[in-house]
Amino acid sequence: MAIYKRTYRAYAGQLTPTWSRSWILTRYAWKYLFRSRVMTGFFSLCFVPALIMGVGLYLNHSDSLLRLLRFPPGRPLISDFPLYFRTFVTIQCSFAIILTAFAAPTLISPDLTNNALPLFFCRPISRAEYVFGKFCVIAWLVSLMTWVPGLLLFGIEAGLSGPVWAWNNLWLANAIFFGAMGYVLILSFLGLALSAWVKWKPIAGALVLGTFFLGTGFGAAINAIMRTTNGYYIDISHMIHTVWAALFRDAGFEAGVPVVGAVIQLLAVCALCLWLLSRKIRAFEVVR
Amino acid sequence: MSTLIELENLSVRFGKRTILDQLTCSLSGRAIGLLGPNGAGKSTLINTLLGFHKPAGGTAHVLGFDIRTGEQQIRTLAGYMPENDSFIANMTAVAFIRYMAELSGLPSEPALERAHEALFYVGLGEARYRKLGTYSLGMKQLAKLAQAIVHGPKLVILDEPTNGLDPPARQRMIRLIKEMKESGEVHIVLCSHLLRDVEETCDEVLILNRGRIVHYSNLEEERRANRRFVELETVGDQAPFAVALEKLGCECALSGHGRIKMVMSDGVDIRDIYRVAAERDMQLRRLNYRRDSLEDIFLKAIDAPGGK
Repeated sequence: MAIYKRTYRAYAGQLTPTWSRSWILTRYAWKYLFRSRVMTGFFSLCFVPALIMGVGLYLNHSDSLLRLLRFPPGRPLISDFPLYFRTFVTIQCSFAIILTAFAAPTLISPDLTNNALPLFFCRPISRAEYVFGKFCVIAWLVSLMTWVPGLLLFGIEAGLSGPVWAWNNLWLANAIFFGAMGYVLILSFLGLALSAWVKWKPIAGALVLGTFFLGTGFGAAINAIMRTTNGYYIDISHMIHTVWAALFRDAGFEAGVPVVGAVIQLLAVCALCLWLLSRKIRAFEVVR
Repeated sequence: MSTLIELENLSVRFGKRTILDQLTCSLSGRAIGLLGPNGAGKSTLINTLLGFHKPAGGTAHVLGFDIRTGEQQIRTLAGYMPENDSFIANMTAVAFIRYMAELSGLPSEPALERAHEALFYVGLGEARYRKLGTYSLGMKQLAKLAQAIVHGPKLVILDEPTNGLDPPARQRMIRLIKEMKESGEVHIVLCSHLLRDVEETCDEVLILNRGRIVHYSNLEEERRANRRFVELETVGDQAPFAVALEKLGCECALSGHGRIKMVMSDGVDIRDIYRVAAERDMQLRRLNYRRDSLEDIFLKAIDAPGGK
């Protein structure tokens, strides 16, 4: 179909592998997201804590610099590494909520608003691949600012402290990875589900934030009024912190609910989000 | 010609409602028209062929692939232009068409190349860097056509492609469909309730009503057959003229006021009628081929006992 000929011509070239199609959705969504300067600026800002904490790790091993900064001699700057890394994950995950509130509503709701889903599903791409492609948008963004720099920091500390420290604290790397990955899953599924069900982007973004903050508020209110700890089950943040406390071996954390209960609750949230997505992500809505 | 679409007792139900009821037929034309009143099941049939709806019973084959098991292959080989507005408003046309081409499996560079080509082909070349949200209805229809053909499918399914178009835009769309058909590289399934669109572009017609096939017609054959039916308006003595025509092997029926309806036998030409008329000193005031328009076929099919 050369432009000058303007006749219909079938395509006879090579096709990309089927498994790579969902990546196209991710790539286009990223391209759209990073067209926004606010988004690009905020995403860059998310790496500042990692930079600061990396500097902290370096300072911890540099007596001369510590002396220059007038730190008391003989006292390490960082004594509690689990707390240090957990603080890092907590800070980054807080940024991740804001990022998700900004990014998630741009993923599915525009396709639904513009009735574009039939155009996706008339092509060799399944509903699951579509959801996976959109899921990767948030999952990779949040990963890039949580466990990826987290493991990088762990690597820096391992490099500075030596292999013995690294071997003894390998569980910390696991905690960083699995703790952040749990958060990635929750945020991605929640963001997608809200984007699919709420067409108005500001409301969808507000709901992502609301799910965390209002959940905490309602959970605390239920606990206070009913004199129970079951209110935590609607507090996603608390559930995540409960899991993190277990992963980072923080015995002092007052969970109020068993870790298994927290994991099950988080899995239930993911399952609910997937169900909501399966209800909405269809080429056509069938009125029965 | 190999079969393009084969329906085998295909049934589709939404809840307790039967939308398609045991459809069975085989279609192999270059351009197939799906006709029927609103709610006949045309769009549901298309959506089922594309795998959007699961059949409740029976099955269908598109380009040789079973819709139950070969969904991916069918979607790779087919292009679909939906009835309603479907696009991403804040994308430029070229970006959107490229996106769709990539999702169909084209690598990034050829996808961009073909996006430009498809937009030029449908006549949106000059507007290809404009956002789709700013397009007029006619332009959006053309953009939908472009996304349906960008990956060079073997089958293009067009659902009401001329909906909401003004006459020049409609003409343009019809011309594009005809061009695609005549290129010989693509089969077209045109779903419409506008008989003229189907009549102008298709060579096979499937008429649906209330989820059932009420008529299948090969328009080419119908047209050929219709050329044997002639209506005459004459002045003069009809009876000897009719006898003379019957001697040539034609069947004649006199309907008063000088009108004669006849079926020409094989080997008889229009010139023979003129010759016989001249010999009998008959005046032929009018000679028409009887032409069963698609509207006649459609109305007959819908009014038939099975159609209602």
